[in-house]
Amino acid sequence: MVTRGFVGRRQPPETGARLPPGQYLTDDFPILQIGPNPTVDMATWRFTLREGSRPIKAWSWAEFEALPRTTWHGDIHCVTKWSKFDTTWEGVSFDDILADAGIAAPTGYLLAESHDDYTTNVPVADLVGGRALVATRYEGQPIHPDHGGPARLFVPHLYFWKSAKWVKGLRFTQTDTAGFWELRGYHMYGDPWREQRYIGD
Amino acid sequence: MSSATSVTDPAIEPIVFRWHEAEITAIAPVTPHVKSVRLRCGLAESYRAGQHVDVRLTAEDGYQAQRSYSVASAQDGSGTLELMIEALPDGEVSGWFSHCAEIGDRVELRGPIGGSFSWDGSDGGPLLLGGGGSGVVPLLAMLRRRAQNWREIPAALIYSARTRAEAIAVAELERLAEADPNFSLHLATTREPGGKRIDAPLVADALARIGSPGKVFLCGSNRFVAAASDLILAQGVAPGLIRTERFGA
Repeated sequence: MVTRGFVGRRQPPETGARLPPGQYLTDDFPILQIGPNPTVDMATWRFTLREGSRPIKAWSWAEFEALPRTTWHGDIHCVTKWSKFDTTWEGVSFDDILADAGIAAPTGYLLAESHDDYTTNVPVADLVGGRALVATRYEGQPIHPDHGGPARLFVPHLYFWKSAKWVKGLRFTQTDTAGFWELRGYHMYGDPWREQRYIGD
Repeated sequence: MSSATSVTDPAIEPIVFRWHEAEITAIAPVTPHVKSVRLRCGLAESYRAGQHVDVRLTAEDGYQAQRSYSVASAQDGSGTLELMIEALPDGEVSGWFSHCAEIGDRVELRGPIGGSFSWDGSDGGPLLLGGGGSGVVPLLAMLRRRAQNWREIPAALIYSARTRAEAIAVAELERLAEADPNFSLHLATTREPGGKRIDAPLVADALARIGSPGKVFLCGSNRFVAAASDLILAQGVAPGLIRTERFGA
């Protein structure tokens, strides 16, 4: 349906090719979350891997920081339509987390769980093979609490609501289980290039 | 987990968001930079106060742009809903609404989105609302909903605007505060002689008017929401009661 008089603002071809459909480019780093920043105490911080309710392994901050580091550079895309190019993140790859726990993924799905009671679901296949980190640094610095520090899940090929801020653990689930936004109409998978913003997209 | 239900967060049935055609039925200036746009749309009777919609504009050649806008109106049986659109510098969508849109023009809307930042009377109170600039819009919808049926629920609005002239719906809010002993308005203007930013005494005053809040909703720039959250938490309000929406960097 054409809107009378609307011409829009086209991006240069090289920018447009990097922008998923329906996105616009920003130099800012907008902040979106469901409530205030949670208080996270580094002395008692734990990152816990669980299968259902059963803990598999937990790391203290010092233990987590001692794991092998991986750096990722590229573009991120938020369901609220902004994209940000050329960001750099550093953290521990999901592969290295599994290796340190001495396991293979026991199920095909998991839920990321955060200190603010936020949850989001991601298929295990989207986390392995160097595709995802638990990130602790952004642009060479500790991640600011506004952006999810001390640690956030980082899954750059999906919309950014999947990259849960203030992550405290990953819980393997038997089935693909909706998290906070997925229960409120957001897409179960969230591929920006297929514009999977909401259920049914 | 199997349910979104909790004390502070009413469950919203997951729904499929479809695009709906909408026709502009009225346009009116609200402040020097904000326009009220009324749209006739199938969504008009199926949203909760505080939720937002995605707006999509399509050019002749098929190019599309989408942005999210909070709904300003409470459901009123008119078959229309109201958006308040602030003209942003070089705004691709807001620019069209500011400079081009006319009554009878058609756009597409999708939603309602944002179930965790929404309120209806059955959710209870007391309600503490904090809005910065155009962040007041979803809170205005909550107050309009409250005024329809729920005036016994105490409510306070902390509202930070640059100047009185730039404060959205300030006359309506002042009329409501005058007529309704259960509602208080706490306006802070930051760019006027004698003006100030929101501070601890202002927040304490708002809380004193309503008692211990059952729901807190904050919307505005990141700077505003962070400041308001800190001030409210410092008064002893539990973090789990606070819901936020932010815009800008």
